[in-house]
Amino acid sequence: MGFLTSLLQSWRTGPSAKGDPRLLPEAQLSGPMPWVIAIMISLTVVAAASGLALRNAARTASADLEGGVTVQIVTAAPAERLRQAGAVMATLAKAPEVAEVRQVAQEDLNTLVEPWLGTRPGDDVEALPIPALIDVRLKGPATADRIAHLRALVVPVATSARVDAQAGWLTPVFAAIGTLQWLAGGLIALLALATIAAVLLASRNALGNHRETIEIVHMLGGTDRQIARVVQRSMAFDAAAGGLAGLLLGVITIALLSRQFAGLGSGMVGGAVLHWQDWIVIAAIPLAGVALAVLTARVTVLAALRRML
Amino acid sequence: MSQSDAEIVQFDNVGLRYGTDKEILADVSFTLYPGCFYFLTGASGAGKTSLLKLLYLAQRPSRGLIRLFGTDAITLPRERLPGFRRRIGVVFQDFRLVPHLSAFDNVALPLRVAGVSEKDIARPVGEMLEWVGLGDRQHARPATLSGGEQQRVAIARAVIARPDMLVADEPTGNVDPEMALKLLRLFESLNRLGTTVVVATHDVHLIRKVPESLIMRLDKGRLSDPTGALRYPPRRPAMDTAMAAAVPPPRL
Repeated sequence: MGFLTSLLQSWRTGPSAKGDPRLLPEAQLSGPMPWVIAIMISLTVVAAASGLALRNAARTASADLEGGVTVQIVTAAPAERLRQAGAVMATLAKAPEVAEVRQVAQEDLNTLVEPWLGTRPGDDVEALPIPALIDVRLKGPATADRIAHLRALVVPVATSARVDAQAGWLTPVFAAIGTLQWLAGGLIALLALATIAAVLLASRNALGNHRETIEIVHMLGGTDRQIARVVQRSMAFDAAAGGLAGLLLGVITIALLSRQFAGLGSGMVGGAVLHWQDWIVIAAIPLAGVALAVLTARVTVLAALRRML
Repeated sequence: MSQSDAEIVQFDNVGLRYGTDKEILADVSFTLYPGCFYFLTGASGAGKTSLLKLLYLAQRPSRGLIRLFGTDAITLPRERLPGFRRRIGVVFQDFRLVPHLSAFDNVALPLRVAGVSEKDIARPVGEMLEWVGLGDRQHARPATLSGGEQQRVAIARAVIARPDMLVADEPTGNVDPEMALKLLRLFESLNRLGTTVVVATHDVHLIRKVPESLIMRLDKGRLSDPTGALRYPPRRPAMDTAMAAAVPPPRL
């Protein structure tokens, strides 16, 4: 038994075992956990992708409209309307903060109102008092001060002119998008909580099933951390498998939704795309899920083991 | 060396009760010294297993003082328990083998929890299983082993790491007389290497096989010590390291 003497020295002074997986039967720890985590991760991926796409849509629309200003000449007399429009064009062309000024052609206006007013033979669309529209691009964002300055320039030469920032029209839309983004964030937080609850139950169940083995390991000098590492490792495998399946399911769902929304052909929806940075965030979701599951398992197991001698 | 340094276990007026029941152990006082061989006897229900549970730190006493390896075991922080338990080998009465592990892995368990590398585990575990006559059953699960075979695996697991103290609860209850004697010789070999051995048994014949052993008798939860032998160091000195190295491996 001389070999035991030297062995004794090595294991007494050596580092503790890194959680031998053979301490507990890992296969029995799995059960439905991978599927639960797969569902959680897929829902989280879809929620995150929706939130990111909405943010991108809002940013794109905001960037497009940021320096946009519309001047309307609202007067029923066509000649006066033309005169005031010309005066406004001439004034704004000389304004230093204006990058570009363009009057919307009458044909384009007719096209805009066509769906509501119609263009049947005999209709005299031009007889309608449709305002003249002037599209202005500023060199910077259309702040309230700049709008007020433009108004001060325009109104003396065109008393019927109305000056509005284009972004102002979409303020309610941006507010709604902001709300939806918060909703997506809340959904992700709820899914994270549900994942924690599921892992907590699974860990407690694993401890309950293997209580006798855990007591034996304790009696042989096993530490709480060794036992916790076994459960953590099992949970990490379950979460990794579930996370991968959930990511795949989520990406397929995103692809299908993208095709559906692309078919709408709306300008704003066109901005709701996912950039490569967004895909990195989405790819990180299963990793975050694994980390969350492992951390929850560790905390749960250590807390439960502290109640044993 | 002072007396408190020399003693491996000291019980002082220890009592144990479960819940509000009457005490299973009452006013138990004794001292165990390194390198001694003790038998714990007593009728069924006398409290032998409860006393052993206190010895291997599976239970805290209701009252009294317990010192283990020179440290107060009552106030021992929970995180220090594994270090003390690794110094104690335990043979449970009901074996308590891990059902999903093979005989080999059960015996290797104390080494694995202690962080011994796999390359240092295979040989000693294999040899230990050979010594207890289970060399050909290394891969068998406990459920496929007989009671006697399970008991031998439990004993091999308890001694594989050569503990400072071996606590065995009826370790030969399920084996034939020949194997019981072999296992006793294994305990004696460990004892000669300096391990303190405490064996709870009913078997008077077994006790007679170790004439230099000290006997602790429990009667209805009280330890009888008419000669006071359990309070004072025995005549036989603890074996020093040089002597331990000279002791040959056990022959079973």
